[in-house]
Amino acid sequence: MAVELRHGTRVWHRRERGAELAIWAIWLAGTAMFVYCCQLISDKTIWPFVADATAQAADLAVRMLPPDWGFIGALGRPLWDTLNMATLGTALAVTLATPVAYCAARNTTPSVALVRPIALFIIVSSRSINALIWALMLVTIIGPGVLAGILAIGLRSIGFCAKLLYEAIEEIDERQVEAVRATGATGAQVTTYGIIPQILPAFAGISVFRWDINIRESTVLGLVGAGGIGLPLNASITTLSWTRVSLILLIIIATVILSEWVSAKVRHAII
Amino acid sequence: MTVAAVAPRQWKKPPLIRRPWLRWALGLGVLIYLALALGTTEVNWARVWEGLPRGARFFAAFFPPNFTGRADDIAEGIFESLSMTVTSTVIGIAISIPIGLGAAKNIAPAAVYYFCRGILAISRSFQEIILAIFFVKLFGFGPFAGAVTLSFATVGFYGKLLAEDIEDMDPATAEAVRATGAGWVQWINYAVQPQVMPRMIGLGLYRFDINFRESAIVGIVGAGGIGATLDTAFNRYEFDSAAAILLIIIGIVMLVEYSSGYVRRWVQ
Repeated sequence: MAVELRHGTRVWHRRERGAELAIWAIWLAGTAMFVYCCQLISDKTIWPFVADATAQAADLAVRMLPPDWGFIGALGRPLWDTLNMATLGTALAVTLATPVAYCAARNTTPSVALVRPIALFIIVSSRSINALIWALMLVTIIGPGVLAGILAIGLRSIGFCAKLLYEAIEEIDERQVEAVRATGATGAQVTTYGIIPQILPAFAGISVFRWDINIRESTVLGLVGAGGIGLPLNASITTLSWTRVSLILLIIIATVILSEWVSAKVRHAII
Repeated sequence: MTVAAVAPRQWKKPPLIRRPWLRWALGLGVLIYLALALGTTEVNWARVWEGLPRGARFFAAFFPPNFTGRADDIAEGIFESLSMTVTSTVIGIAISIPIGLGAAKNIAPAAVYYFCRGILAISRSFQEIILAIFFVKLFGFGPFAGAVTLSFATVGFYGKLLAEDIEDMDPATAEAVRATGAGWVQWINYAVQPQVMPRMIGLGLYRFDINFRESAIVGIVGAGGIGATLDTAFNRYEFDSAAAILLIIIGIVMLVEYSSGYVRRWVQ
C-alpha cells in the first residue's frame, strides 16, 4: 500500500512513486513509437486517394450489385478444388505432425537434447510462415495448380497440429502408461495401448479444428496461383468484373460458415 | 469343467466411434472421398519434375542467404511491416473496446448486443487478404490500406474475445461495486476492467504477433510491407534474397513470441 503524507494528511495512492514513474515512462515510449509509426505510414500514403475513398466505395457497391448468378455454374470445379486442398492438406499435415509431436513431447521424445530441439524448430518455422507464402514458394518451384495448394496448406498446418498434439501428449495420465508397461508390454505396445487411446480425442478435435481454418485459408491461395476458388476471384478482379467478384465472395462466406458449423458439430460430438 | 470352456473371452480395444454402422459408414465415406479427390486433382507432373532443380536451388540459397544484395528494400519492407503492425494493433484494440463492451450479453441491452455481434461477425468472416484487396481499391496502394486491413481484422478478433471474457466475469464483484452507488463508467472501470485486464493484455500481445505475420502477406496484393518485397524476390527467382527475407520473418516472429510470453508471465 502506497501512502503519502501531504499537508499533514495521509493520501492513498494505488502504486509506489517508482512504479508510477515506470508505468508513465512505458506509456510515453509506447505513444512515441505509435506516433512515429503513424508518421512513417502517413509519409507513404497518397492522401488524395484516401480522401475519395467514400466515392470509390459507392462506385464499387454499384458495380458489384447484383451478383452475376449466371457465373455460378463455372464455380463448382474451383470450389471442389478448394475443398480438396483443405482436406488433403489437413490429412497430409496430421500425418506428418504425429511423429513430429511424438518427438517434441517431453515424455515421449527419444532424446531431449538432440531430437526435441529439431522437432521444435520444425514446428516454429512451419507456424511462422503463412500458407500464402508457402504457396508463393511452391508455385515458383513446382508450378501453379492444386498440388502446390495442398502442399502449402499441409506445410503450414504441420506446426499448428504438432504443437497442439505435443501439448496433449505431455498432459496424458502417466499412471495408465505405467500400468501398461507393468504388464510387460514392449515400447510399441505401450504407445498403442497406453498413449494413443488417451490422445485420440484430442487428435480428432485438432484435425477438425485445423480443417476449418484450412478451408478459410485455401479460398485465397488461388491469388498466387495455387488453384481453388481464389483463381476465378483473381481473374474476376483483374478483369474488373465486379458482379462476379461479389458472387464469389458470397460463396466463400457460405463455405466458411458451413465449414465452421460442421467443425463445431463434430467437435461437440467428440468431446 | 475344463479351462477351454471359460477362456474364449478376449479383450479388445474399445473403438473411438462406438456405433459400428457409423464407424463403417465413416470409413467408407472417407475412402470414396479420397478416391474422388485424388482422382480429380490435376497434377502436371512434367512441370513438377522440371521444378525440382529449381527447388534444390532455392534450398541451396539458404546456405548462405543473401542479406546484403537487396538490403535497402528488405529494411524498408520490414520497417513498413513493423509500423503497420504497431499502428493496426493499437487502433484495432482501441476500436474493439467499445464494440466488445457492447457485444457482452451481461452488460449491454439486446439491441446494442445484436448490432455489435453483427459487426464482429462481419469482420471475422473475411480473410485478411480479401479485405486487403478491397482496401487497396479504396485507399490506393501502400501501407495505409494494409494498416486499415489489419485494424479491421483485429477488431473482429479482439472484440469477440473481450466480449466473451466479460461474459465470463465474476458477477459478485460487479454487484459489489454497483452496490456502492458507482455510475456506469465507474462500474466498468472498477468492476469489469480489473477482471479482464490481465488476459486482455496477453491477447493484445498475441494479436500483435498475428498482425506481424499477416503484415508479411498483405503486400502480395499491394497493401505494403515485406510481402511485396518477398513477392518480387520470388517472381525474379532471386532465391537468395527470398531466403534472407524468410529467415528475417521467422526471426522476428520468434522474437515477438518469446518476448510476449515473457511479458504475459510478468503481467499475470
